[in-house]
Amino acid sequence: MFLISCPYCGERDQSEFVSGGEAHIARPKQPTELNDDQWAEYLFMRKNIKGIQFERWNHVHGCRKWFNVARDTSNDKIEKIYKMGEQPPKI
Amino acid sequence: MSKNLRINNKHFVDETRKLSFTFNGKKLYGYKGDTLASALLSNDIHLVGRSFKYHRPRGIMTSGSEEPNAILQIGNDDALTEPNVRATEIELYDGLICNSQNCWPSVKFDIGGINNFLSPLLPAGFYYKTFMWPASFWEKYEYFIRKSAGLGKSPSKQDPDMYDHRYLHCDILIVGGGVSGLMAAKIASDDNKKVLLLEDKELLGGSLIYDDSDISKIDNQKSSEWLKKLIVNIKNDKNIIIKTRTSLAAYHNYNFLLARQNLTDHLSVNDRNNKIRQRLYKIRAKKVIISTGAIERPQVFHNNDRPGIMLASAVKKYIDYYGVRCGLENVIFTNNDSAYETALSLHKSGTKLNAIIDIRDNSSSEIVNQVKNLGIQIYWNHTVVDTKGYKRINKVTVMKLNDKGNDVIGKKIDLNCDCLAISGGWTPMVHLFTQSGGKLRFDNKDNIFVPDKTNLDQLSIGSAKGDFELDDVLKNSIKDTKKFLNIENSNFDKIDVKCSKEKEKKNIWLLPSDRPLSKTKPFLDYQNDSTAKDIKLALREGFKSIEHVKRYTTTGMGTDQGKLANMHALGIVADTTNTNMGDLGTTTFRPPYTPLTFGTIVGRNVGQFFDIFRKTPMHEWHVENNAKFENVGQWKRAWYYPKDGETMHDAVQRESKAARESSGILDASTLGKIDIQGTDANEFLNRVYTNAWSKLQIGKCRYGLMLNEDGMVYDDGVTTRLGENHYLMTTTTGGAANVMSKLEDYLQTEWPELDVFLTSVTDHYATASVCGPNAKKIINKIFKDLDLSDESFPHMSFKEVKLGDINCRVMRISFTGELSYEINVEASYGKYIWEKCIEAGKEFNITPYGTETMHLLRAEKGFIIVGQDTDGTMTPVDLQMDWIISKKKYDFIGKRSLYRSDTVREDRKQLVGLLTDDPNEILEEGAQIVKDENKKPVDMLGHVTSSYFSPTLKKSIALAVLKEGKKLKGQKLLVPMIDKTIKVTVSDTIFLDKENERING
Repeated sequence: MFLISCPYCGERDQSEFVSGGEAHIARPKQPTELNDDQWAEYLFMRKNIKGIQFERWNHVHGCRKWFNVARDTSNDKIEKIYKMGEQPPKI
Repeated sequence: MSKNLRINNKHFVDETRKLSFTFNGKKLYGYKGDTLASALLSNDIHLVGRSFKYHRPRGIMTSGSEEPNAILQIGNDDALTEPNVRATEIELYDGLICNSQNCWPSVKFDIGGINNFLSPLLPAGFYYKTFMWPASFWEKYEYFIRKSAGLGKSPSKQDPDMYDHRYLHCDILIVGGGVSGLMAAKIASDDNKKVLLLEDKELLGGSLIYDDSDISKIDNQKSSEWLKKLIVNIKNDKNIIIKTRTSLAAYHNYNFLLARQNLTDHLSVNDRNNKIRQRLYKIRAKKVIISTGAIERPQVFHNNDRPGIMLASAVKKYIDYYGVRCGLENVIFTNNDSAYETALSLHKSGTKLNAIIDIRDNSSSEIVNQVKNLGIQIYWNHTVVDTKGYKRINKVTVMKLNDKGNDVIGKKIDLNCDCLAISGGWTPMVHLFTQSGGKLRFDNKDNIFVPDKTNLDQLSIGSAKGDFELDDVLKNSIKDTKKFLNIENSNFDKIDVKCSKEKEKKNIWLLPSDRPLSKTKPFLDYQNDSTAKDIKLALREGFKSIEHVKRYTTTGMGTDQGKLANMHALGIVADTTNTNMGDLGTTTFRPPYTPLTFGTIVGRNVGQFFDIFRKTPMHEWHVENNAKFENVGQWKRAWYYPKDGETMHDAVQRESKAARESSGILDASTLGKIDIQGTDANEFLNRVYTNAWSKLQIGKCRYGLMLNEDGMVYDDGVTTRLGENHYLMTTTTGGAANVMSKLEDYLQTEWPELDVFLTSVTDHYATASVCGPNAKKIINKIFKDLDLSDESFPHMSFKEVKLGDINCRVMRISFTGELSYEINVEASYGKYIWEKCIEAGKEFNITPYGTETMHLLRAEKGFIIVGQDTDGTMTPVDLQMDWIISKKKYDFIGKRSLYRSDTVREDRKQLVGLLTDDPNEILEEGAQIVKDENKKPVDMLGHVTSSYFSPTLKKSIALAVLKEGKKLKGQKLLVPMIDKTIKVTVSDTIFLDKENERING
């Protein structure tokens, strides 16, 4: 069970959070202008990497804020936590 | 006691407190401080169980959690009995009742023992291979296999005991209260750290505390005396919290650990009343030190499983700790020095030691020399090739090893014994280390896996790390702990340790025999009866991965989880395949380390606390009025209100008739409610719903459908515009939390530019929904000044009114197809407004109805329920709700997906109505719909999603999803049931009042 440092509340138990999958997949601004393949790319395609993965987490049983986490999927170590809208760190 | 097995006046049992217990119906005695195993042994009982497959007699083998054989059924009460309890772990209490498992009719005469003679027919994989055909017979086979292989019986009644959970936080967690753990605790405490020390036994001190040797000395004191002083010191240390009888069950990432403390299992049954039985600690530790020690290995030779064959370290502990001799004629068989400590203990206690068999050529260490000087015969370079004695060992046969150690030579020598103490070296207990994700390294010198890399703030010390000799244990523990805690100096820095040092090492995983392997039974996993032969068979049959070999042979899969002989299994695989053991790796150690009872896992979350449930403010009224309840999400919703012995069907028919003919009232408080405010609230709604919201006026309501980004229907509900920038959204009862999360997600991550604030107000308001032709009259009686005319208060509109001091939000919206009003008040007034409606509706026979009637009424109108008529694969087009998709809006969630190649297919499943040819025949929800029953395989066209008998229409109606359903209107189809086939006709989804005359009053 992870310990996650919510950027707004501080360190809390994982049970207060939910994971929201891969981060930095912006919703296309003009979906109607995309063809099926481009839309499917946004809708379905997600990476499943071994190593540093950027993902979204929500402090659902706390402040309800979403934020980003850089987590090493091979050992679950959280390398960095940063707010929504910020660029992914170089790790 | 017929034999003199108890050695008096020197040990850790309290001989002034005699305890009685019952084993297999026989009354026996032991002392306070005994384990069940030591008490049995003091009564000369070794044979306690039968093995799993061959039903061979098995005896107590160890003195700890690695015990494979002595697993007993404790207690004979249907609620409190517990199977698979290790006799070596349970402390004796007065009145303890225990029985052998896995034997019938008795442990001394077991019919299943015939399997032992059939064993050539029962190799590894026997069950897999034999009971495969015919496949349909498996259920019959399984019954008999399970019966003959039973591992105890589980309690058949509810567990009456109390269990508890507690969180603990500490700077340093130390697992294991042996000498290295105790020293680490002291070093950490001296550095002002908050220390939590766990020990699974009753007393601290590990194996050193009962060490009686004159050779090992610490600071010129007997090592056990030195340790006793340290323990006193630690017990008085305010920085150290000690939990004894506490075993670590699981070690998770981020130094999150679970430990189970036994609080009453050592007490007599009468003393346990109203006490918590076990407590599960959820521990967050900044740093963890593992000092769990090591387990002695057995040796693998023919017939190495007879009662009376025990680990040498266990024989020593039974003498030195419990004062119990395991036999009167002992023989030791070893490959290392540690068994010589057992030899000295036997000698000191005046117990006869006939011989020592050692596979090594010689040894000249201090301890071996001491044994040599006692004149005990030592057979160097010899091995045991066989043992005799069915229910208790009475003889060992010994032969000389050849130079290579791969065969035996010379004459057989028979030695009498009633106890054979075996030692094959030591295995560090690395289970917790690997559970936590640590990687092991193979140490070729000692043939052990030792902790190597870890990602956690964690340290292994003592024999858990692979240090076995006292000076290494102490000095390395001090050095490593200091480094781990970043400490310069400790009070132990000048410690002076003396001990015997082992010089000669030799290890043979599978000892040679004078017989071919196929004629021998060298057991590896005692509980599952897997032998070295089985491993070799698995390898011959092509299993290469150690994980596959494990599963095929079941080696290491018993309740002891391969603690004893897993290393031998690995060693034999490595030897046979010519692989380096380090390259082979180990099987996975999974939590829990020792089994946990379910009670401990659930703790207080039993009965009404199993899962929290939510009640509406009117809940008590429903209870008083005989409502039956239905679980919807976590809510308890009134399902129907049976009167005078009505069945559910009768009640629902009555309730729905009343709602259509006069008036009904529904508790709609559970619907999700989200308060939406902000200058961009309107734009926000436009983006999340499929329909247009720009023109919704203040005081008006609108139904909305919400999709997922994949175009599938996600939720629905009515949203009301309360003010210029203020809306109240309702969601389905079950979807409320998810909708809230989803909307927050979009607001925070995709559209942070929108000025919108969401607040969940589901629990803040109670809702009474009054419907039916007389609804207007009832509402008029309650709100006398409210203008209910269609001009002033039309369908889909809202008014804020006061009832005394109570603010009421009244909405004229309908889910039943009847004219209806929903009154929303602050939750604390919920019951008041409900009773007010009931009172006002009395003259109109206002009838409370539950969710079942609500479902019926809306189905008559063809209104969908998200989650019942949809399942995450239905688009609004599939639901024939094209009208709700705005053509003008540029974008909304899911819009683009509505014209993906898959969603525009015309042969998708679509929502339709179904009418049965026999109007009294009610379809079953979930039933499959087909066209042709005879064509095999039968094409499944869809299934029934909602089905009811409509008392208003006097016929059965149903909704269904059906492939190409839109085109099939009017078609005859079939619904095959188990005993008949029902004929149906595809219809429109709206069965009643297509013109909405009722809604508009």
